[in-house]
Amino acid sequence: MFKNFIKLEWKAITRSSSFGKQLAVKIFMIFLGIWMLFGAVSMGAGMFFALKKFFPDVDPVQKVSEYLIYWILFELVFRYFMQKLPVMDVKPMLILPVKKDIVTKYILGKSGLSFFNFISLFIFIPFAVVLLFQGYAVVNVIFWFLSIVCIILSLNYINFIINKSDKALFIIAGIALVLYGVHYFNLAPVTENFRIAFYTLYKYPAAFVAPLAVLLGTYGSNFNYLRNRIYLDASIKEKISEVETKDMSWTKRFGAIAPFLRLDLKLIWRNKRTKMQVFMSLLMIFYGLIFYLNDQFSSMSYMMVFCGIFITGIFLMNFGQFIPAWDSEYYSMMMSQNIPLRKYLESKAGLISVSILVMTILSVPYVYFGWQALAINVSCALYNLGVNIPVVLYFGSKNKKRIDLAKSAMGNTQGMSAAQLIVGLPLFCIPMIIYAGLNYLVSLEVALAVLSVLGIIGFLLRKPLLDKITELYRKKKYVMIAGFKEQNN
Amino acid sequence: MIKVENLTKIYGGKTVLNLADLEIQKGQSFGLVGNNGAGKTTLFSLLLDLIQPTTGSVINNGVEVSSSEEWKPFTSAFIDESFLIGYLTPEEYFYFIGELRGQNKADVEALLANYEDFFHGEILGQKKYLRDLSKGNQKKAGIVASFIGSPEVIILDEPFANLDPTTQIRLKQIIKDLAENKNITVLVSSHDLMHVTEVCERIVVLNKGEIVKDIQTSTETLQELESFFAG
Repeated sequence: MFKNFIKLEWKAITRSSSFGKQLAVKIFMIFLGIWMLFGAVSMGAGMFFALKKFFPDVDPVQKVSEYLIYWILFELVFRYFMQKLPVMDVKPMLILPVKKDIVTKYILGKSGLSFFNFISLFIFIPFAVVLLFQGYAVVNVIFWFLSIVCIILSLNYINFIINKSDKALFIIAGIALVLYGVHYFNLAPVTENFRIAFYTLYKYPAAFVAPLAVLLGTYGSNFNYLRNRIYLDASIKEKISEVETKDMSWTKRFGAIAPFLRLDLKLIWRNKRTKMQVFMSLLMIFYGLIFYLNDQFSSMSYMMVFCGIFITGIFLMNFGQFIPAWDSEYYSMMMSQNIPLRKYLESKAGLISVSILVMTILSVPYVYFGWQALAINVSCALYNLGVNIPVVLYFGSKNKKRIDLAKSAMGNTQGMSAAQLIVGLPLFCIPMIIYAGLNYLVSLEVALAVLSVLGIIGFLLRKPLLDKITELYRKKKYVMIAGFKEQNN
Repeated sequence: MIKVENLTKIYGGKTVLNLADLEIQKGQSFGLVGNNGAGKTTLFSLLLDLIQPTTGSVINNGVEVSSSEEWKPFTSAFIDESFLIGYLTPEEYFYFIGELRGQNKADVEALLANYEDFFHGEILGQKKYLRDLSKGNQKKAGIVASFIGSPEVIILDEPFANLDPTTQIRLKQIIKDLAENKNITVLVSSHDLMHVTEVCERIVVLNKGEIVKDIQTSTETLQELESFFAG
């Protein structure tokens, strides 16, 4: 039976739409995957030496044990929002002669192979290997690693329990809060106890039974819960939550673009992939730290322009590059309705402008690294506002790949095509070249002034530029409608 | 109201639509029937300028649809679910369409009040997104949305499919009422011969992209159509 399931799974992977993508996108995704893997592996391998460097007196395993609890909490929260049990896949099995026990085991077993479990493994495997090379006792390291695997899998199953039942969620959140309170008011050394507990897993290989028991317990309770609920109206149902509608009458002040603005805001808040992009964009504000904390970059300051364009324009890129594919599900309606295309594009440009403004304000603390940092970010923001918005909208007219809004956000490359890969070049390279050249030939101030002035000129010319772009969208209308209708891309 | 001249659509060498001449009078209720692949949806898509004709043109109230957008304010349509915005509630969707057509909330609500029977309590106030409604209920929302803003041309592709019997009967009445209004031209396509003969004054049969019958509806029409499709 399981052999059949595995065959099905294999077909699901090889026949999925992401496998049939354009070559350029495929290569890009493979490259990205390798890069992420490399990042995780080097982080795991480097962790030992980094800990050794920063805390020369403490055994790195002790330090890892100390921070393990934070990692567990982070992973639980992360999984809670991102990972769902793959129950929908078994719908076709329900009326086939397959025992429900097996179906349940299949779902739970499959979730064990989830991408989320591998992220952590790619950090801990190299860490364990480094430990072995550093002469740590083989048996201890192996059992410590197995304990970690058990903890990861337990987190996997705990997540499903709290995802299914609010009671479990409140209990877990309650425990976390109490522990935090105890820690905060110094009632008991909470983190110290966790350190000791996790270090025990390393010190005494036999302690491995504890995480194993937790794993079996969480698996068992998931099994019992799910086994009795494999019905269309119980577990195997997508949750439809009650909708709260907001009036959003404040958008009225934006005049003719108000209806579109309201639609765009709903688009962003009510769909996973777009919502995810907003969160990612906000998080990316910290991306600059990599550049500013790294001594290597201070000399090659054109990288700071990259950083500035990136931070202030992250939403511009994430959201803007897929305009108008976000509306692909109902594009034919939009095109037959009484819609001025111009207003539609203006609304998108307005939304992106607001995001640039917000990100610029958030990036003000970078002034800590000197006034240059602030000046670079502000002129990059102006450049984004004036030049990059029209550029990204222009490239949008080349989009003809459908995006299904209901699909998940993680690693979703729907809507990707060669245009998305090319659009990055003008967005980043042109300002970097301008800056690097002028900074080298004249001075930093002049370089920044030129970037800002270019942005302001672009902003002043926005009306005629948008007219031209609107014309382009009109011409591409039929191609877009046809492309957006194609389900598999 | 609508004039079609030498309209053809060719996909990869295959002619899917070929209409030498078709004129639909203002106020007419016009029915389009034909088997799968006869070109019904192609014709409607051409009327709405969603696809480009290979040759010929569509003139809607004096406006050539592929060169001007002036036809949009007085034309509305519901072709399929791709006309709905899945992440809106039905109310939000109606208000959005209303705004595009210069109707405020009160106007839209007044219109919706007329269709309470048709909605059967399953559309308004459900606190659900359109994407979470059943196919039939999605269709109800889409059809009524096409009535917003007093359009003069209403195009409905297969409006009866997926609807329950009660709703089908109510929809027939609604279309008949619209047809009474001499300002509104209604275009309906259907696979159900009985429904079209009941609601349409004129019926055109398409077969492999060409008009094979053009009849003014009478008591014999249903029989005539049935014998045509049986043969």
